[in-house]
Amino acid sequence: MRTKLIAAFAATILAGTALTGWASAQAQSVKVGVITTLSGPAASLGVQLRDGFQLGLDRLSGKLGGVPVELSLIDDELKPDLAVTRIQALVGSGKGDVIVGPIFSNVLAAIVKPATDAGSILISTNAGPSTLAGRGCNKNFFVTSYQNDLPHAVSGQFAQDSGYKRIFLLAPNYQAGKDALAGVKSKFKGEIVGEEYVPLTQMDHQAELAKIAAAKPDAVYAFMPGGIGVALVKQYRQAGLANIPFLSAFTVDESVLPAEGDAAVGFYNGSAWAPNLDNPANKEFVAAFEAKYGYVPASYAAHAYDTVTLLDAAIKKAGGTGDKAKLIAALETADFASVKGSFKFGVNHFPVQDYYLTQVAKRADGKYQTEARKKVFTADVDPYAAECRMK
Amino acid sequence: MALFLVQALNGLQLGLLLFLIAAGLTLIFGVMDFINLAHGVQYMIGAYFGVMFAGLTGNFWAGLVLACLAAGALGLGLERLLFRHLYRRSHLEQVLATFGVILTLTEAARTIWGPAPLQLKMPEILDGSFQLMDGLRYPVYRLFLIVASLAVAGLLAWAVNRTRAGMLIRAGASNAAMVEALGVDIGRLFALVFGIGAMLAGFAGVLAAPLVAVEPSMGDNLLILAFVVIVVGGIGSIRGAFVAALLIGLVDTLGRLLVSDLARAALGASGAARLGPAVASMLIYLLMALVLAIRPAGLFPSPGART
Repeated sequence: MRTKLIAAFAATILAGTALTGWASAQAQSVKVGVITTLSGPAASLGVQLRDGFQLGLDRLSGKLGGVPVELSLIDDELKPDLAVTRIQALVGSGKGDVIVGPIFSNVLAAIVKPATDAGSILISTNAGPSTLAGRGCNKNFFVTSYQNDLPHAVSGQFAQDSGYKRIFLLAPNYQAGKDALAGVKSKFKGEIVGEEYVPLTQMDHQAELAKIAAAKPDAVYAFMPGGIGVALVKQYRQAGLANIPFLSAFTVDESVLPAEGDAAVGFYNGSAWAPNLDNPANKEFVAAFEAKYGYVPASYAAHAYDTVTLLDAAIKKAGGTGDKAKLIAALETADFASVKGSFKFGVNHFPVQDYYLTQVAKRADGKYQTEARKKVFTADVDPYAAECRMK
Repeated sequence: MALFLVQALNGLQLGLLLFLIAAGLTLIFGVMDFINLAHGVQYMIGAYFGVMFAGLTGNFWAGLVLACLAAGALGLGLERLLFRHLYRRSHLEQVLATFGVILTLTEAARTIWGPAPLQLKMPEILDGSFQLMDGLRYPVYRLFLIVASLAVAGLLAWAVNRTRAGMLIRAGASNAAMVEALGVDIGRLFALVFGIGAMLAGFAGVLAAPLVAVEPSMGDNLLILAFVVIVVGGIGSIRGAFVAALLIGLVDTLGRLLVSDLARAALGASGAARLGPAVASMLIYLLMALVLAIRPAGLFPSPGART
């Protein structure tokens, strides 16, 4: 009995020391939560985010600004309510100094408040809704990808610059689809000869293709993300319409190109990034990514990777994550080598960067990628930045 | 007018694809009184099998045959391991169990083949198109789809109406207990029906794969349409499923065309853009409501079926 008591006592003391030791090790780590979509139909995008982030972290041997990272990976399952619960749990347990992600705007809209109210710094690597770019801007919130309107506006501007008179628009019948087409129309001043909204689950687009053929537009603009885009691109090619320029965003990017294959070659896409952008950081990223994961990265991975480099530089500058005001100031300088070449933050913490018209090409190794063809916007400030009064 | 023709062809093709899925579903529902929500997943798995076997053999046709066999085998396996134990349970329990199968198989497909959509290359010989109207070419593959589906439908009609097994299946749809009392091994009959149903769903999956994205959720939406088809057609009736599938296919595709034009005429462009798609996607459900109001047992109820 007595030996048992002593043993228990000793164990308690040991456990105690171990705990304090553990706690002090924790104090010297950067706690990062990555929130992304890893289940459901959109998981392939979320996987890109995760892989891009992991690659960036591996390159820095798991450290940000020289401090070891304690990483929590959160699957939002594309359910905003679930995302809120999981983010609250993360910040509640003190593991969310910095939160990176998510992919989708509706998830982002749900987690912005719980994350930033708790003092976390939230960096979106994909979603950039207008609501958070204008009056709703927030000092703890950054976006490293783009403002949502701009990838679409690229095609509108390009159509305008190319002298197209009549274009045909196609998008899924939900809010983001309507926003996308509004983005195109903000720059294109010619005639819209058709504007079709299709159900998000529609897999056979022959009705729309027949209308396109009948309308004979100068160009088609499509925002058809994921599987519906794969179906559209194949059917567009089969319908013999490929002589009409196909402009798009998130419809022919690297996340779906393996499924679209030759059908997508030559089609256009609007983006802030492409795998062939000619700068050292991008070359290193693309080569390392393909070597490690065996597939061509899309913008989701590039922006996540960029965020790691940004955090590394900012945490080094601020001397850790303890002083949030200092860290925010360091992030605002964006003093890092971006895979997009030139990159700055605007007053609303959204990117001020170049946007390109890219085109799908088949590489010598048989894989597909988008390649920047024309710089459409240079150091572009998004249209909502002026409304932001950063507090 | 040319647009109308194109849409009619598309409606026919969608209808036939629906028929391939609904035929199995209506037999399983009609003969065994078993609600199989996992039928759409079997369509999805068929498409994945097609991609896999076509990749392994390097040949679309070999992939098609192997995928159909594999899909049938999977259906038989599921029947033996799981569904068999559910026949005498309530519909709610069947729905729960088969919903579980949906989740399991969808996640399995995602784990095995990854979440990114895959593609199945169509055979060279069908990879062309012909001029249908000014500026629009119609893919040969879609015509092939129509012909192949019609051939399978014909084969099925012959098997159900002219063979002994078909006679038993029809009898089972009318009164399963009586068939069993007459000394027919109802267990084997059920397994046969299930295998055929799974194989047809898999066949439809492979045929659709070159046109759409092969992804884990591809069967979800079609399953709902297939249920609409069997309810409109009359549960347990192959003929009903055929007529209803064509009806649904045509109403859906032609309706989409006409509704948006009508809405444009009535409301102008911006109103049409808002209202058109909403009404168009409602049409088939309106049709279903109408049919159920006039003929509650569907267009071609099987004799003696529960109504």
